[in-house]
Amino acid sequence: MRKGLVLLVLALLMAVGTTQAAEKKMKVGFVYVSPVGDAGWSYAHDVARQAIEALPDVEVKYLEAVNEGADSERVFLNMARKKYDLIFGTSFGYMDPMLKVSKRFPKTVFMHCSGYKTSENMGNYFGRMYQARYLSGMVAGSMTKSNVLGYVAAFPIPEVIRGINAFTLGVQAVNPDAEVRVVWTKTWYDPAKEKEGAKSLLDVGADVIAQHQDSPGPQEAAQERGVYSIGYNTDMSSFAPKSHLVAPIWNWTPFYMEVLKSVKDGSWKSGSTWNGLAEGVVDLSPMSDLVPADVQARVLARRDEIKKGDYVVFSGPVKDQAGTVRIAEGAVPADGELLGMDWFVKGVVGTTK
Amino acid sequence: MLDAVGGTDVPPILLLIHHKDESHTTMFDLTIRKRPETLGWTAALIYCGAVVMSLVISAGMLLFQGNSPLEGLGLLLQGAFGSSYAIEDCLIKAIPIYLCSLGVAIAFRLQIWNIGAEGQFAFGAIGATWVAISFPGHSAWVMIPAMMAAAFLFGGLWGVIPAVLKLKAKANEIIVTLMLNYIAILFLDYLVYGPWKSPDSFGFPMTQEFSAGAIIGKIGETNLNWGLLICVLSGLVIYVFFRFTLMGFELKASGENVRAARYARLPYERLVIISMFLSGAFAGWAGFVEASATLNRLQPTIMVGYGYTAIVVAWLARLNPFYIGISSFLLAGLRVGVENLQLELQVPAAFGEIMEGLILLTILAGTFFVNYRFARRQRP
Repeated sequence: MRKGLVLLVLALLMAVGTTQAAEKKMKVGFVYVSPVGDAGWSYAHDVARQAIEALPDVEVKYLEAVNEGADSERVFLNMARKKYDLIFGTSFGYMDPMLKVSKRFPKTVFMHCSGYKTSENMGNYFGRMYQARYLSGMVAGSMTKSNVLGYVAAFPIPEVIRGINAFTLGVQAVNPDAEVRVVWTKTWYDPAKEKEGAKSLLDVGADVIAQHQDSPGPQEAAQERGVYSIGYNTDMSSFAPKSHLVAPIWNWTPFYMEVLKSVKDGSWKSGSTWNGLAEGVVDLSPMSDLVPADVQARVLARRDEIKKGDYVVFSGPVKDQAGTVRIAEGAVPADGELLGMDWFVKGVVGTTK
Repeated sequence: MLDAVGGTDVPPILLLIHHKDESHTTMFDLTIRKRPETLGWTAALIYCGAVVMSLVISAGMLLFQGNSPLEGLGLLLQGAFGSSYAIEDCLIKAIPIYLCSLGVAIAFRLQIWNIGAEGQFAFGAIGATWVAISFPGHSAWVMIPAMMAAAFLFGGLWGVIPAVLKLKAKANEIIVTLMLNYIAILFLDYLVYGPWKSPDSFGFPMTQEFSAGAIIGKIGETNLNWGLLICVLSGLVIYVFFRFTLMGFELKASGENVRAARYARLPYERLVIISMFLSGAFAGWAGFVEASATLNRLQPTIMVGYGYTAIVVAWLARLNPFYIGISSFLLAGLRVGVENLQLELQVPAAFGEIMEGLILLTILAGTFFVNYRFARRQRP
């Protein structure tokens, strides 16, 4: 018994020892909502974390599969108590817990992805993924034969709705007759369910499957039925080489490096960052050989136009499902409108409920 | 004292092995016999041994991953119980698990297998939220009791539905309670994506933040909320109910032998309804505390599976309110502590789930040795 106690105390001392040795380094923490092995959303963030890990004077740690709500609040609290200098939380539901904790720990910088609230020491950031989704829609619209496209979507929140709309606008830019059918899985990471969602779309005749999930489940379903698919988050071609055409992808490394640098030299300021193709935080993965060269050229030309600001996704006229003009001819929607988008454009089959 | 409220002896999983005949032959010419006497301290030792065994296996896994097992277990303990913060965190985490588990145990006592704490939790949260957003601006002295009453009623009534279906239509309550979970969660989703969605949430699914009066306060300078008091009082009430009231006695007696209870003209049907109402009502309170104290609003992420955890906890604690308190706290400690282990050693999140599964398995295995023993088969 006494031996056990001694060992326990030793173990505790070792733990204390390791944290003390690391105190000179800058401490950075990442909190993910799904496991990093998801090959999707969290994995894309973790690629950037690994790049930070390679830096000499930074200690970076992550926690995966942390529930939104009460669990995440405790996780942020404990990281702040351990004197982390910079904490990234990469799920929408972390917003309020992070806000609460940020007010109690003013010395820690909090960065929240995909929300809209800020505080003195909490900023938020996101990427204009809809730009890349528009481009992937152009690819899908060019490749469909049945003119029915399937979209496996997580939750009817503005981020996802905006993505479906941009995808549909991209589809219709090259193929005005095609429609996009949406199925909601109400999960972010449930590969089996997301695969089922894709199958239900294949059953109604979809011959290209796009998705907004954290897993490559839909890709696998598409490959099994021998139809094309559009990935998301990361280049998912390895999961479905015969089906994967292209994926709108995240590239967080440059942005995270920039934040890290500004926190280190004290120039960091709270605020909201919403970068896009131009800054490189979102992009299009390399297109598969299955996509004909002329289509590839057309998509890449549009990509350059968006990058240079010559073309704006969602520039009017944009009609909703009922045919009402929601964005007038020649108008460009304000960011606030895009961030709160809760209606589908014409060409989407499905509801936002 | 606690034995008075002690539960049934055989967990359902063992009912599979435990047939009517007294003994079973095994291939080693041994028989399994039910122990005639109940074990006191030996039982405690067996359970401790079970936990130690699961820790040893977990340590082996840490070693396999190239981590120091002692450091790992030290980090786990430090994260769970190593500071006053950690203990606060565990208590906060234990509150909803405890209330759900307390509820589940009432139905289990009557051998009604209520798997529906998750749905009853959701309806409790819905009831409390309905009060909070319909009558904002009142003081906590009005709001909190009103929200408690609504959560109690909503959760309780959601529990009564399967009870009625069981009695009137002979519907299996395991299936019905499980299915009602999905309905409850979808209904909660419908509310927060639809009519209850806050106008200033940018379209995100969540209700408005509750007014100050509708939020359960913190206890003094700590991070703990007054939901803890609800837990303590509920536990005491349940203890008194089973120990000192006629209905509590009837419930226990019916649970031990339904046929005998019917023969003795105990009001079985009424007991089923009441036990399911109470079962749902306590899960409903858990939903109320989560919505009010930790989230300050209703949103889909309130559903993290406490209702299912509660079933495990109730069985580990053999349906005893005091032991439920201990096992909720320890399970919460495991979940909180594993986060520290994960953060410091960067082991995968699945490690915590594996540990939890291991502990449950070894304890269930231990239960077998508490109730049964091996004996050499005697030849006639």
